[in-house]
Amino acid sequence: MNYSILIGGAAGQGMDTLAQLLTKSLKRYGYFVFKHSDYMSRVRGGHNFIQIRFSDRQVYTYEEKVDIIYALNQETIELHLGRLKKDGIVLADRALSDDEGLLLLELEETAKEAGNSRAMTSVGMGAIIRLLGLKPEEALKVIETTLKDSIVEVNKEAFSKGYEMVEPRFKVEQLEEGRILIDGNTAVALGAAAAGCRYYCGYPMTPSTTVLSNMEKWSQELGIFTEQVEDEIAALNMALGASYAGVRAMTGSSGGGIALMSEALSLAGIIETPIVIINVQRPGPATGLPTRTEQADLRFAIHSGHGEFPRMVISLRSAEDAFYQTARAFNLTEKYQIPVILLSDQYLADGEITVEPFDFSSIDIERNLHEGELPEGRYKRYLLTDTGISPRIIPGKIEGKVILLDSDEHDEYGNITESASVRKSMVDKRSKKGELLEGEIQEPWIIGEEQPDNLLVCWGSLFGPVKEAVQLLQEEGFSVGALAYGDIYPFPTKLLKKGASSAKKIIDIENNSMAQLDGLMREFALIKSDEKILKYDGRAFGVDELYNRLKEVVE
Amino acid sequence: MTCEYNLYDPSWCPGCGNFMIRKALKQALEELEIPPHMAVVVTGIGQAAKMPHYIGTNGFNGLHGRALPPAIGIKLSNKELTVIAESGDGDTYGEGGNHFIHTIRRNVNIAHFVHDNQIYGLTKGQGSPTTAMGQVTTLQFDGVKIEPVKPLALSLTMGAGFVARGFSGDVPQLVELMKEAIQYKGYAHLDIFQPCVVWNKVNTFQWYKDRVYKLPEDYDYTDFNAAYEKSLEFGDKIPTGILYKVEKETYEDRFQFIKDGPPLVDAELNPMDAEKLLKDFY
Repeated sequence: MNYSILIGGAAGQGMDTLAQLLTKSLKRYGYFVFKHSDYMSRVRGGHNFIQIRFSDRQVYTYEEKVDIIYALNQETIELHLGRLKKDGIVLADRALSDDEGLLLLELEETAKEAGNSRAMTSVGMGAIIRLLGLKPEEALKVIETTLKDSIVEVNKEAFSKGYEMVEPRFKVEQLEEGRILIDGNTAVALGAAAAGCRYYCGYPMTPSTTVLSNMEKWSQELGIFTEQVEDEIAALNMALGASYAGVRAMTGSSGGGIALMSEALSLAGIIETPIVIINVQRPGPATGLPTRTEQADLRFAIHSGHGEFPRMVISLRSAEDAFYQTARAFNLTEKYQIPVILLSDQYLADGEITVEPFDFSSIDIERNLHEGELPEGRYKRYLLTDTGISPRIIPGKIEGKVILLDSDEHDEYGNITESASVRKSMVDKRSKKGELLEGEIQEPWIIGEEQPDNLLVCWGSLFGPVKEAVQLLQEEGFSVGALAYGDIYPFPTKLLKKGASSAKKIIDIENNSMAQLDGLMREFALIKSDEKILKYDGRAFGVDELYNRLKEVVE
Repeated sequence: MTCEYNLYDPSWCPGCGNFMIRKALKQALEELEIPPHMAVVVTGIGQAAKMPHYIGTNGFNGLHGRALPPAIGIKLSNKELTVIAESGDGDTYGEGGNHFIHTIRRNVNIAHFVHDNQIYGLTKGQGSPTTAMGQVTTLQFDGVKIEPVKPLALSLTMGAGFVARGFSGDVPQLVELMKEAIQYKGYAHLDIFQPCVVWNKVNTFQWYKDRVYKLPEDYDYTDFNAAYEKSLEFGDKIPTGILYKVEKETYEDRFQFIKDGPPLVDAELNPMDAEKLLKDFY
């Protein structure tokens, strides 16, 4: 089974609350849910819509075709009618249309009877739950626990009236439940909190802001310092100060803000101070499309910051991956004393999805701070070692030992130097850490066959849509498999080389126009894709859309 | 516990005001009996910003214009450290102007020593934000055409609780001002005149010496209006000393867990502490 509901209207019509109630309810009925919001960058008006897809198996993205459209304005009907599946239903207030092919109900009038015309969306929600053939109890409980006390009763009344207005049109079974409903940004914030992040500062920028606001929400409870600072330049410099002082620190933004952090990223590289940075991508260049999605900052993440220094770039593939990889990033950054950049995007950041509850007990915190004796005399923050990693201590803890960092090239003590030989040894020292890091990287996830005829490659949030598309193609008998990259720099090549050795066709799927992953494959594995499926209109791939585009090229 | 600070051989030009500022800094820290491992000097880029290389404190010599943000990060993470941000006039008032304004708004408990020689030294003599109108420099060939910033008036009007000016030519006074600034609970702004012997032929040692005067004994440094007036006095006579000092709640004290708890850096980290957050997502 697989159903999609689209709710459309103008900003300010109560769509968010309705979608939240409906999504939560469907989760409570036991379904796997994916909620995707399509917003314009404005606070009032415009055309916004939210799609809720639910199924008895894991779903990762939306579908082009929908079963129910709940239109809060006429525009929604006009824009989306063509997306209705056969037997689909358009639900709307009678005042919006005289098309008898639609399911037109006295929604607003009924809400008034229930006590408040604002409760209209709850009338609609009652009708939708009944149309699906579900019992009302779970949804009523969700209304009760989610809404403010003062409006619970009127909305329950409105829901019940809506429920009575229609007859079931679909028949869906209630399933077992126990999963959580979460979006990518919240999963990142939870991962940071689990890893012991105690300092998170940033500057608001869509679609990264909710990482900051989640940390802020938990600040008092967990003792995490959070701040909205003056700009992104301050954010990264400040977080580096915190990290130097010895706390686990993180900052984040979207592309434009990350651009402002470039100089301090380079600083992190030379002062070898741990830091985790998340870039929640949106379409650029410059301001681009603020509320929409793209995967165009892969090269930027790998190359931003002047000079040469090792770094790690991890792209986040799903809400679960976001949680575990964010926690892992804190260990990696402290082990190698390099910046670790996480790449998410608006689609992953804002999309709400049902997943198994995160296992906090599986998170290990490995600080890799130096313990034990230090040699007599001045502390060498940049002691040359076989691995390139110097023993790191923090200020204020060992009498007689002071710690000096320098953004200039420096000697082992951290003192500014222009010595040619010291310069070379310090460059080599930093490079060694990068080489060592290559032993740490994780190969991409394999979806479907490991040695398929049609080898798909993707990275980050495209994992979900690709996984669903692979399932559909396999069910039709195609020999297909995919590699979904998480760790992406340093670039893992083992599985790619293996898969490419027997594949008849390599198909690169990305949410950008320049096929940046394909570029990495050519650079690091001397392998290029035969076909590219690229999307760069600011929208994520719907599962049916990706499936259809793949059908054109798979053999 | 030893509170003696080692000095290392600097690359400053002979006669540079930075020598006297370093001397005062060493004396201030030693007289306050702050052990070197508990003091952090955070700097940007410039001749002044090389300070942590030449005195044995903890040091974070970061990016141009960015001394203040790491200083804030350090202090909030470990409130037990004495944190001093130190840099030149170009670094602080030019490249780092935005951080300067917002650091004052926060009122974090750090001392801020600005070496103000009214010129760019490291990049060889261009006009700085405090270079006078009309002054000819190695880049402004026919004179500076924009108004200089008034650093003390700026910090006062942004709400700084401690505003002072010193002069590298008066080390005893400078030591006292540094000690006051370090001991002040909150953001303390100390602008320090220093001659640049190579690049500023206008604001020389003698130029400063002829103009600076100490604020009188009976000057009331809690009077904002008086302080504001003094902050604008920049002609034949320029006042030095504490222009303004009042008690203010610090930024860190507005966070209960920082105010009453151990330093953040001492927190025991346990992933299970965060597990309770999951309950909101079922």
